[in-house]
Amino acid sequence: MTGLPLLSLAIWLPIIGGLLVLATGSDRNAGLARPLALVVAIAGFLVTIPLYIGFNPTTSEMQFAELRPWIPRFNINYFLGVDGISVLFILLNSFITPLVVVAGWKVIEEKVAQYMAAFLIMSGLMNGIFASLDAVLFYVFFEASLIPMYIIIGVWGGPNRVYAAFKFFLYTLLGSLLMLVALIYLFFQSGFSFNLLDWHALPIPLEAQKLLFFAFLAAFAVKVPMWPVHTWLPDAHVEAPTGGSVVLAAIMLKLGAYGFLRFSLPIAPDASRELAWLMIALSLIAVVYIGFVALVQADMKKLIAYSSISHMGFVTLGFFIFNPLGVEGALVQMISHGFVSGAMFLCVGVLYDRVHSRQIADYGGVVHAMPKFTGLAVLFAMANSGLPATSGFVGEFMVILGALKYNFWIGAAAATTLILGAAYTLWMVKRVLFGAVANHHVAELTDINAREFLVLGLLALCVLGMGLYPFPFTEVMHASVDNLLKHVAVSKL
Amino acid sequence: MDMHPYALWVPLAPLIGALVAGLLGGRIGRAGSHWITSLGVAVSLVLSWLIFRDVDDGKIYNAAVYVWAISGGISFEVGFLLDKLTVTMMLVVNFVSLMVHIYTIGYMAHDEDNWPAGSLAGKNSYQRFFAYISLFTFSMLMLVMSNNFLQLFFGWEAVGLVSYLLIGFWSVRPTAIYANLKAFLVNRVGDLGFLLGIGLIAAYCGTLNYTEVFAQAQKLAGTGIELIPGHAWALISVVCICLFIGAMGKSAQFPLHVWLPDSMEGPTPISALIHAATMVTAGIFMVSRMSPLFELSQAALSFVIVIGAITAFFMALIAIVQTDIKRVVAYSTLSQLGYMTAALGASAYSAAMFHLATHAFFKAVLFLGAGSVIIALHHEQDMRRMGGLRKYMPITYLTVLIGAIANAGLPPFAGFFSKDSIIEAVRLATTPGAGFAYALILAGVFVGGFYSFRLVFFAFHGKERFREAPAHDTPGGHAAHEAHGHDTHDGHDSHGHHGPVEPKESPWVVTVPLILLAIPAIAAGWLIGPVLFGGYFGGAIYIAPEHPAIATMAKDFHGVLGMIAHGLQTPPFWLALAGAISAWYLYIVRPELPAVIKRKSGVLARILEEKYGFDRFNDWFFAGGARLLGRGLWKGGDQTVIDGVAVNGSARLVGWISSIVRLFQSGYIYQYAFSMIIGVFVLLTLWLNRA
Repeated sequence: MTGLPLLSLAIWLPIIGGLLVLATGSDRNAGLARPLALVVAIAGFLVTIPLYIGFNPTTSEMQFAELRPWIPRFNINYFLGVDGISVLFILLNSFITPLVVVAGWKVIEEKVAQYMAAFLIMSGLMNGIFASLDAVLFYVFFEASLIPMYIIIGVWGGPNRVYAAFKFFLYTLLGSLLMLVALIYLFFQSGFSFNLLDWHALPIPLEAQKLLFFAFLAAFAVKVPMWPVHTWLPDAHVEAPTGGSVVLAAIMLKLGAYGFLRFSLPIAPDASRELAWLMIALSLIAVVYIGFVALVQADMKKLIAYSSISHMGFVTLGFFIFNPLGVEGALVQMISHGFVSGAMFLCVGVLYDRVHSRQIADYGGVVHAMPKFTGLAVLFAMANSGLPATSGFVGEFMVILGALKYNFWIGAAAATTLILGAAYTLWMVKRVLFGAVANHHVAELTDINAREFLVLGLLALCVLGMGLYPFPFTEVMHASVDNLLKHVAVSKL
Repeated sequence: MDMHPYALWVPLAPLIGALVAGLLGGRIGRAGSHWITSLGVAVSLVLSWLIFRDVDDGKIYNAAVYVWAISGGISFEVGFLLDKLTVTMMLVVNFVSLMVHIYTIGYMAHDEDNWPAGSLAGKNSYQRFFAYISLFTFSMLMLVMSNNFLQLFFGWEAVGLVSYLLIGFWSVRPTAIYANLKAFLVNRVGDLGFLLGIGLIAAYCGTLNYTEVFAQAQKLAGTGIELIPGHAWALISVVCICLFIGAMGKSAQFPLHVWLPDSMEGPTPISALIHAATMVTAGIFMVSRMSPLFELSQAALSFVIVIGAITAFFMALIAIVQTDIKRVVAYSTLSQLGYMTAALGASAYSAAMFHLATHAFFKAVLFLGAGSVIIALHHEQDMRRMGGLRKYMPITYLTVLIGAIANAGLPPFAGFFSKDSIIEAVRLATTPGAGFAYALILAGVFVGGFYSFRLVFFAFHGKERFREAPAHDTPGGHAAHEAHGHDTHDGHDSHGHHGPVEPKESPWVVTVPLILLAIPAIAAGWLIGPVLFGGYFGGAIYIAPEHPAIATMAKDFHGVLGMIAHGLQTPPFWLALAGAISAWYLYIVRPELPAVIKRKSGVLARILEEKYGFDRFNDWFFAGGARLLGRGLWKGGDQTVIDGVAVNGSARLVGWISSIVRLFQSGYIYQYAFSMIIGVFVLLTLWLNRA
């Protein structure tokens, strides 16, 4: 293993790089800001590759660990480390960042440096979330990552961004506060430690576990988002610029789900088992109820946003059926959803940049003007419908298998996504891409350029690659997931 | 348990063709594309034949190609199982596919006419079409060659994808993109069942490998599952019925048959390849492959035989009122698939597979023959505007006639042997429901004879109606003017270059495949002895000793000629003949009669023309209902309750609290900080009280 502090690099390289980009200042220097941002983003991705190559899949121990005192008075440490659960998200996050930079290359013409910097800084902060093993460090990153997203929506967002931001704020505020309470409680309970690994081993009475569980639930359910605290997401997506939507869907939604695995399950295993019925019910509602809601959306971004909620329902379902197929399937689903939803939002962005509308009704027959784009968009749509040989299938399949093992009807209810997911996705495809040319805006469309092709093509390769050979993804998870499930199965009372 | 050295190249050769034609089609041009794809399939066919010879020597190949993923102790693999069942399918698929590739060169030669001017999607449509049919061949081969349920599901969905792409190939037509969405979604209903079946197998067997699962079949049969508390079912019945629901979608069995007639919106070559010869038979193949499971579940076999018989009879009835030549063949396909399914229910898997193979040939002939007529008449599909074509298109006529005789089940053509075996097997079956099924499929023979010859007489004999002006409002006829039928599109391109047409025989690329397919449509049936009764499928098919149909038939079988001689004395032959003669009487001798009968039969004719109302009901209940429910949940749930009451309500609450707080404090208190203090208080209380 290299002596380099890889995790610190993954966190601070994009942040410091982002500050440098910010320092280029006004749009007169946009010609410098863009390539600089791209270099930083690519470097940020490159430094995460050794995390996968050097990763030892046979152990559930934290790897690449870094431990330095931060605020010794409160026993707060700069404690980083990854296991099979978190390592892939750092790679995913760092992979998405250059794509977002390239996607915003020409589209963003105002406050270019600020835009690029916001994404780079956000990327570093989110890596921090996935790598933190100290609760305070986690909390700081968790909250700080909201700021760039807030700015991205607020500055480059759509006309109704105030309402969206307000909703986002209200939801997140309540959730985060309860989590903070829980963290401080655990600090006292554990004899003044913020070390997550200490907390995992800490015995806690059932009633307290339940309170903790709900406190974490409040924070994480909003992020996922789970029904019924999901209504901020469609609004946030609609107002966010394309890049914002991509990061929101691909990475930010995963933070909540990750929180369940890092906090709720290992810290409150008894409560988790006891309240699994609730989580399963909420997840299935997300899959089915939201599936129907997605069907009737007239705005493409809203449709994809609802589709995200429905797909994330599989993630939470997979966690709370407590078997390896479920948890690993959920993790795979999170990564796949990063590719697929990111790609779907980019596709909407491609159309929006040309026609300035997200309404399905304003399109029709796009294939006649944009055959290359249509080919890629149909691939992503199929991945979103969970077609085998695309990444979208892998996670859903594993979670459905796990759920059937748990209970037939839960598996059957989850499997309705086979119909619902295909219905809302392909119905949109039919109305937007196929048919006769709807109007002169569509007739005048130009097919994707090399830059757009590069971004969508890379994601297409990821979607197909993961669908055809998910082995490298599942391989790194086993030890950590098995360990987690073993841990959850043992009472901590 | 090793891998045949050629095995991997069988699916890869068409895949390479598909990729080259699909991605580089613009560069290698039209000829380059049809050559590379046809070559890929030809290579695959030759390799399949070589593998067949090895398997025929008694070898079985079963090995993994790679491990797809490992999770929960289950190793998910991609691998091949090559036994008699597989190689038969490989040969049928590759042979029909190759014929269709060649045929397509002629059929799609002027495809640019089917696209609006300036459409970039129409630019390389010829190349794209070849890429799709080769991709289909690859997917179908992966499906049949699989040695496990995961890859089976892969192939299952992949052929569905290509079917979706090809039905909607002419994506400018609203009817085509309606039909392909419908096909995909109806198939997904079946796939839901299929996936649940696979999931149950994974959950209870801990493996998805066929051999390993079959080894545990007895265990599955002995396990109970309580789907409804207090009602234990045999797990194996639940598994088999779930799997069969998948087959009902793919093989278009009642009531999931609704997508197949609409799939005729696709170009005719794919109707022949996908929606007649191969993809739709995937369900039949799958159930045959799963015979070690189905044999242990009486309930599942019963379900299968009843569904099959219903499909066989009631879909045949619709065929007699259709006037679109492709739709007649489509309903005929549904009916024939019903026969195969009924055979499965009678534990006559080899008979089902045999009919699958003969049907692939004669139905491909019928579809490709229909396509030959359609291009000769410039995209005219309505038989009321045909007639007398045999003079102009002798080769097409002859091959279609062969196909029709085979389809009707008259000796000595292929369909006779396979269909007769099915009827006999159902007669002998002990499955509950077999009596009901026997009555239906026997009656279906008459209907089959009738619609087959009706097609021949209507299109190729009688008065030449193709010079008449397009009659859009035929009096008394075509009450079922399909809202989404083909009519819309030939409406738009018929006016342009229709006029009086002089039909002429199609070019050799069209007629040669017809002739090559007509040969097995005549002769394939003569192989019945070894295939059905000679243990051809070997260990690939398992029949429980208590299901005696095939064994009994084997005892009574005395060669091909003996079977014909015996066949002449049994009801199916006479029923088929009666059907044929009725068609002759009604469409040659008294061509004015059908209209009279239709008027007189009133409601009955209308029920058939409405196709029993399934489309209307599905549109109203499922499509409409889902949208209504979605809108209700969205407006009522998300917007009114969650946003309206909860979110905006708490926003007001926060506003109200802070207005009170403001009374106590001089400035604004940042809510975040305020709540943090409360949090600390709660926390301290908890901590102090922990003792």
